[in-house]
Amino acid sequence: MSRHPAVNRPGAWRFRQPSVIPGFGLTLGFTVLYFSLIILLPLLALAIRSAGLGPAGFWAAATDPRVFGALRVSFVTALIAAGVNVVFGMLIAWVLVRYRFPGRRLFDAIIDLPFALPTAVAGIALTAIYAPNGAIGALVAPLGWRIAYTPAGIVVAMIFIGLPFVVRTIQPILEEVSHEVEEASATLGANRFQTISRVLLPSLTPAVLTGFALAFARGVGEFGSIIFIAGNIPFVSEIAPLLIFIRLQEFNYGGATAIAMVMLLISFAMLLFINLVQAWSRRRYGYGS
Amino acid sequence: MAARSSPTSESPMVQWLFIAIALGFMAIILVLPLYSVFHEALARGWPAFLAALADKDAQAAIRLTMLVAAIAVPFNLVFGLAASWAIAKFEFKGKAFLITLIDLPFSVSPVIAGLVYVLLFGAGSFLGPALKSMGIEILFALPGIVLATIFVTFPFVARELIPLMQDQGTGDEEAALSLGADGWQTFWRVTLPNIRWGLLYGVLLCNARAMGEFGAVAVVSGKIRGQTTTMPLQVEMLYNEYNATAAFALASLLALLALVTLVLKTALEWRFSADLAASTRH
Amino acid sequence: MEVRVSNVRKEFDRFPALHDVSLDIRSGELIALLGPSGSGKTTLLRLIAGLEMPTAGRIFFGDTDASEKTVQERNIGFVFQHYALFRHMTILENVSFGLKVRPRSTRPPVAEIRRRALELLDLVQLSGLEKRYPNQLSGGQRQRVALARALAIEPAVLLLDEPFGALDAQVRRELRKWLREIHDRTGHTTVFVTHDQEEALELSDRLCVMSQGRIEQVGSPDEVYDHPGSPFVFGFIGESSTLPVSVENGEIWSAGRALGLSAQGFEGDEARLYFRPHDVDLVDAEASLAGVVTASRRVGGTRRVELAIGGEGHRVEIDLPFDHPAGEKTRLAFRPRRWKLFPAA
Repeated sequence: MSRHPAVNRPGAWRFRQPSVIPGFGLTLGFTVLYFSLIILLPLLALAIRSAGLGPAGFWAAATDPRVFGALRVSFVTALIAAGVNVVFGMLIAWVLVRYRFPGRRLFDAIIDLPFALPTAVAGIALTAIYAPNGAIGALVAPLGWRIAYTPAGIVVAMIFIGLPFVVRTIQPILEEVSHEVEEASATLGANRFQTISRVLLPSLTPAVLTGFALAFARGVGEFGSIIFIAGNIPFVSEIAPLLIFIRLQEFNYGGATAIAMVMLLISFAMLLFINLVQAWSRRRYGYGS
Repeated sequence: MAARSSPTSESPMVQWLFIAIALGFMAIILVLPLYSVFHEALARGWPAFLAALADKDAQAAIRLTMLVAAIAVPFNLVFGLAASWAIAKFEFKGKAFLITLIDLPFSVSPVIAGLVYVLLFGAGSFLGPALKSMGIEILFALPGIVLATIFVTFPFVARELIPLMQDQGTGDEEAALSLGADGWQTFWRVTLPNIRWGLLYGVLLCNARAMGEFGAVAVVSGKIRGQTTTMPLQVEMLYNEYNATAAFALASLLALLALVTLVLKTALEWRFSADLAASTRH
Repeated sequence: MEVRVSNVRKEFDRFPALHDVSLDIRSGELIALLGPSGSGKTTLLRLIAGLEMPTAGRIFFGDTDASEKTVQERNIGFVFQHYALFRHMTILENVSFGLKVRPRSTRPPVAEIRRRALELLDLVQLSGLEKRYPNQLSGGQRQRVALARALAIEPAVLLLDEPFGALDAQVRRELRKWLREIHDRTGHTTVFVTHDQEEALELSDRLCVMSQGRIEQVGSPDEVYDHPGSPFVFGFIGESSTLPVSVENGEIWSAGRALGLSAQGFEGDEARLYFRPHDVDLVDAEASLAGVVTASRRVGGTRRVELAIGGEGHRVEIDLPFDHPAGEKTRLAFRPRRWKLFPAA
């Protein structure tokens, strides 16, 4: 590996800027190699396999009624859960950032629990609570509500895993809001409600959108926390990842592949959306999410 | 106590209302599940709890989980170091694209992560039978589990190190080089100490996820009891066999791991926030 | 609208930011609150605004006691040092904000709000930029938007907190002139806080000099400059040199010599003499301040000479025209044309 900076050739296309620091080839090479072997190659296998189904085969597998049902269940529940998380997540971020109360730091730390807790553990714990004989399940049973083993249970599980995404995306933005802007709003005659609703909340829009998208994407892909509480009844409470799993156990690789491709395409669309939101907000407002 | 009323804060009553709702929500959604793990684990008392942990399948699962993490985490650690060195210390075309690519596994459902390895090494593939004939089993064995775990925990260390090292720039390294150090010396004596807390943080998260991974491993492991079940898989199996107490007993170990991770993570954030990644994205 | 601050005291957690401050602000005047940091000037401004409440004392707007009124009720316009514009709103929306949040009974119709906002943008010379976002404007432009926004609600009093502090020197000078013009055109009672005495002297009708939570002097720029009421004001406004002296028989003595200066009725034996470096005459007489030149440098169009006076070598500075022949000498004698005596601290 050459230690000397590249000769300066103005106008020539250069892959990288010259630098005295060594190790570029080694580290980039290793990075690309590792990435290709672990991520790219397997994903390629997926793409090839789904291409191998042929457009007709792919379409048939993807639009199979049960697949549709599973995707619908995943999407609708993830959407509802992300929505709930946005509302409560904003409130939680507000309370954690703006107020001081005993135990605040503890609660701030607990927000990250869903990140750290294994999904299977979350799954059985949530089921224990929301089953008809569980702490909350028993409370709402007299009202005729059932949570566990229904789509409602799926929503609850997705709320659990999505909450940190929303809170941790909104918190830094809220912390940055300058005190002066609120004072300015007050001097202009706005009461507290108007200041919050017209000045503070709208400035959170990019962060809220990003948090929503992240929570939604995570909910759609989630497996372990959901399959215990879900009931897993096709068309009603069977999520898409579970259907992939079932197809695999049936050795129906084609079917599994098709569903996986659809889900991947949607994930990438979400990623793209998030990046666009952040770019737009940086341009328009001067800050990212 | 909550701030007194001023032009820029709500009335105390509203503040307390907000606090009550927020904390109530968190208590039900977050704290209650955590508590119930331990509650259910000890529902039949300590003897049943300890017996469940001493069970030989449980012990095998614990050993397997630790082994998988012990392999997967160092791999991703090395990757994280290499990737962040390449990205933070150099300017090259396609850098932003590479950074986005590294985040890829985050947006892939764990079941799909398992699926892709089944497609690669499974019965209908090219590599699978070829390796089998050489005596190498990937799926339904340790290598498959390790690979799937590496996939899902792939970005953790890199995501932590990249913004950190970008923030720190190249000044220190250039100074070391100008004083005569070579690449490796610079890395060990200058770079590594600068990033050690971020590195620890990333490893912590990577490890927690590696030990707790369920979906991807469920697909590739074949769930051969006593051989290819990790702790999360064993929890599922026990639960499905209506052996709730044993399932929760094992789960409580994992929950304990989660708590320790949270404590260490928070401690690192408080003490060394300046030495951690600029962004707090997960 | 006149504003009367009456015996106001403000403490933050026992720390006294203002001690018994009283000030009468005349309707329509442009008055500066001038002082170093920690003088309490910003605190006083915020008390007038209603962003803080006084620990003791009252504040009157006209005849009404406004001390208990909230900031929204006082109808003041406030301009912040860092603009505090609403980043997610266009400039037009920013300026219209104060009108839009009015209760239905006093809110003008939508078309009227728009018309007024555009009119104000025209006043601050930002017509044509109404669809832009604050992020897309320069610092000077943003501050003009902030002013337009504050003016939109037709405030009784306009309050500005170091409005040009965050801007480049060049922009600052331009905006200073421009603020004066706007004031002359609109006639609002305006109070602004600054630590820059040049700015205060140039812009204001009256100055209120503050130090350590107290008002030192209030007066027109000429009054304050020519007749400073305390050593602090003398030293803070304009340049000054000072020297310990003694008073005998109505004459000022220094280092054993009479200076040929009247003590102007000063009572006491020990005093400090204050004068301005450029307000001196070089003399060749016994009755003068004489000293050895210890430093000399060119500052703009003058030469600033530092002298060690008399036996104890107190340092003072005087200004000479830069090509004055005396600039070459090693000993100089001078007498101040104008001076003041204050009790020895």
